[in-house]
Amino acid sequence: MKKNLKLQINGTWKEFSIEPGTLLLDLLRTAGYQGVKDGCREGECGACTVHIDGRPINSCTLFALQADGRSITTIEGLGNPDHPHPIQEAFVETGAVQCGFCIPGKIMSVKALLDRNPDPDEHQIREALSGNLCRCTGYVKQIEAVKLAARRIREKKGDHHE
Amino acid sequence: MSKTRLVGKSVPKIDGITLSCGMPKFVEDMPLKNPLCARILPSPYAHAVIEDIDTSDAEKLPGVLAVLTHKNVPRIVHTTAGQGYPEPSPYDTFILDRKVRFVGDRVAVVAAETPEIADEALSLIRVRYRELPSVLDPWKAMDPGAPVIHDEPEAYHPISAKYDPQRNLAAEVKAVAGDLAAGEKEADFLVEGTYHAHYAQHCPIETHICAGELDHNNRLVLYTSTQVPFHARRITAQALGIPLKRIRVIKPRIGGGFGAKQEVLLEDLTALLVLTTRRPVVLKLSRQEEFLSSRTRHQMFTTMKIGAKKDGSLTLMDMKVLSNTGAYGSHALTVMSNAGSKVLPLYRCSNIGFHGKTVYTNLPVGGAYRGYGATQSYFAQECLIDEMAEKLGMDPVDFRLQNHIRTGETSPIFKALGEGREGNEMYIQSCGIIECINLGAQEIGWREKRMSVREGRFRRGVGMCSLMQGSSIPDIDMGSVYIKINDDGSFNMNLGATDLGTGSDTIFAQMAAEILGVESEDIIVYSSDTDMTPFDVGAYASSTTYLSGQAVIKSAEAVRAQIFSVACEIWGVTSTEGMELREHCVNLSGKDPILLSKIACHSLYAHNQHQIAGNESHITKVSPPPFSAHFAEVEVDTLTGAVRVLKYVAAIDCGTAINPRLAEGQTEGAVANGISYAMWEQYVFNDKGRMLNPSFNHYHIMRTCDMPEIKTILVPTYEPTGPFGAKSVSEISINGGLPVLANAIYHAAGIRLKEGPFTPDRVLAALKKKGNG
Ligand code: FES
Ligand code: FES
Repeated sequence: MKKNLKLQINGTWKEFSIEPGTLLLDLLRTAGYQGVKDGCREGECGACTVHIDGRPINSCTLFALQADGRSITTIEGLGNPDHPHPIQEAFVETGAVQCGFCIPGKIMSVKALLDRNPDPDEHQIREALSGNLCRCTGYVKQIEAVKLAARRIREKKGDHHE
Repeated sequence: MSKTRLVGKSVPKIDGITLSCGMPKFVEDMPLKNPLCARILPSPYAHAVIEDIDTSDAEKLPGVLAVLTHKNVPRIVHTTAGQGYPEPSPYDTFILDRKVRFVGDRVAVVAAETPEIADEALSLIRVRYRELPSVLDPWKAMDPGAPVIHDEPEAYHPISAKYDPQRNLAAEVKAVAGDLAAGEKEADFLVEGTYHAHYAQHCPIETHICAGELDHNNRLVLYTSTQVPFHARRITAQALGIPLKRIRVIKPRIGGGFGAKQEVLLEDLTALLVLTTRRPVVLKLSRQEEFLSSRTRHQMFTTMKIGAKKDGSLTLMDMKVLSNTGAYGSHALTVMSNAGSKVLPLYRCSNIGFHGKTVYTNLPVGGAYRGYGATQSYFAQECLIDEMAEKLGMDPVDFRLQNHIRTGETSPIFKALGEGREGNEMYIQSCGIIECINLGAQEIGWREKRMSVREGRFRRGVGMCSLMQGSSIPDIDMGSVYIKINDDGSFNMNLGATDLGTGSDTIFAQMAAEILGVESEDIIVYSSDTDMTPFDVGAYASSTTYLSGQAVIKSAEAVRAQIFSVACEIWGVTSTEGMELREHCVNLSGKDPILLSKIACHSLYAHNQHQIAGNESHITKVSPPPFSAHFAEVEVDTLTGAVRVLKYVAAIDCGTAINPRLAEGQTEGAVANGISYAMWEQYVFNDKGRMLNPSFNHYHIMRTCDMPEIKTILVPTYEPTGPFGAKSVSEISINGGLPVLANAIYHAAGIRLKEGPFTPDRVLAALKKKGNG
């Protein structure tokens, strides 16, 4: 028995008719949001991180129906190559992207961190990203990227303290 | 060398921004029409014969389109190792077999409309197994009367190498230089020990995946997450017994490989399912399957004896290796050989011995893994070098500085030991290890910290190790590159080399742009498509930058020469003498520069029309080693046994770093993986050979909160045989984790750990044994 649900994805309301067991991850990917990556389907790698009402969550740990009526943001909602988000730019500039498979999920976690804490210290960055595994980079440049992005966003908002 | 404009600059990765924006690029994102989902039925037994397999119920299930077992697939013996042809790995594998040889071995595969139906179909397949006694201990694999794992008559080695499957011997290599007995007699001191490098998995965040479909010409197109597209095409054709020309392999972006994807694991089944159903098919391993059924680091026991004189000179280095390849011999010979050939030449010594054996067991299958055997045996060598330094009363830094190989020198091992055959003689032409050691020691604060007092519950210590690797396989590896000009003065560069996230597409664009007088963005890179790009062996053996980079240079130079000829025509001069490519123009003193777009349009539309294009290949006679020194500081909690890595320094000589940020990134990723391997990662087996922890919850890989401070120091040298002076960078830095941390733990707490990972229980047990002194 298919079920109907409504989701606001990257600002646009969409309706779906799905099998009740469908994971949010699979719904999003099938609906074309393929920046949401599938690295384990067990809630352990963070590649599938999206925001629900502004909070980061592994979309493989949720049935799509559990998100009915909520607002979802995926990496596609953050920016595109012509208009990238400062976090996306910072990741590229610092060399924080290697294979890129972990990156969309990781950037969503960074976005959530910077939304609630515009000036995180090293420890807070490490805590916030510890659910997003990366096997390529050793994280060094990713942490640098977060610091750079945070500074740029603060500066843009006219807040010039270091 | 002359000044470069782009080489040596950290230009952003050319695919960085699209990856950061999550644009669809990976295998799973390929727009297939209504693809079927394929699932594999794994063996529950370590060793068993399939007496009967009944798929009738599964086939009847609505939505199931194909069920394949050993009964209805071609039986052609091959290897899954994605190596050059003929592969130096035994042919001991069938697409599906009537025997299973480890828990997770494949029994059957289904393709169905949905994953749920595919899973249900698997549960409907009834298999009657006859369990066989199994071999779970590599030390007992060759015992008389041990169960024979590859008793099939078809198994053989495609190259002339020692192979005796009746005794579970997958490979054996011996090499001796000098006189081992004399070396032992000359020695004032001897140290000896056996070090165990344990099972581990690569853990690419994207698991193995292959998708396939038939194109408009009824040809088979495979999109696959591979490091070796050309080998994948060849081996798939071979395993299925179909013409190679019917297959096109495309590698899109891939989500990490680290060697795991130098393996042709899923392409054969995907291809068969596409041909059977005539529908697009996607076959992806789950995270659990990635651990159980894909490939691992060969478990290895390295026994080594080192002799030295009182003056600190080495008289003997004798290494014996027992490598466990698991149920299939993928990379069995070459990983084991590399344990000697990429490790023993690091120090000057006239009496060097290597004897390696690789055995079959009924455990998960070994494969290529970044470091490729060197990771395993550096653990033994670098710990024993420290032990010897202690015996001699020398500082480990000074002892290494006294003995390591230098520019202009050679090692007899280069010639005696290659990849599954004799090696090539080689003299070191670039070596920055002295600087690596000195800068690394300074960064960690070596001299002070070696002197520090180590008492109380928390004890800190520092350790070091030296490393080398190679850059491609001499006389075997080949890379080829095609470059053509476009109307606007941009260039297409099509090459077989395989960017697995490493940034090779970017550094090749830098190299080509450097020569063609344009910016990296003017080079449109397209890589790894067997229909569209020239051949390349693929991304392995630390060959990409060094080898394919030279092919880029040659092709760009060929194109440049043609551009100059057109300029001659336009200017009406006969000699290209003095011409230069700069700022998108051909320049010649006394003449107005000609824009490349003008050259292109002239050659395409105006006069003597032709396509300016170059296609060159490169092979190498040598495999120049990058060098590195690693330093680490740890803190051991003597009450709980917990070890904290505080700081890790990797100083590396990779020749010229074409793109320093990317070279650092390669180093940091490898360092992190090395630390993670040494500290946390392990396969836990039950007594039936089943791995009990196949998930990231139970198999811990490094997370941001586990990181020590990691510091990379690039030490530039110039390798005359490499592109712009470059050597390899990708593999070497994974080799340090085990020995450097073991040496640091020894310094901190006086315990010598010879087996990883360095978990609290192991540390506590060692402290207890030592009497908690
Ligand atoms: S795919 Fe969701 S956490 Fe890994
Ligand atoms: S960049 Fe490859 S997993 Fe993070």
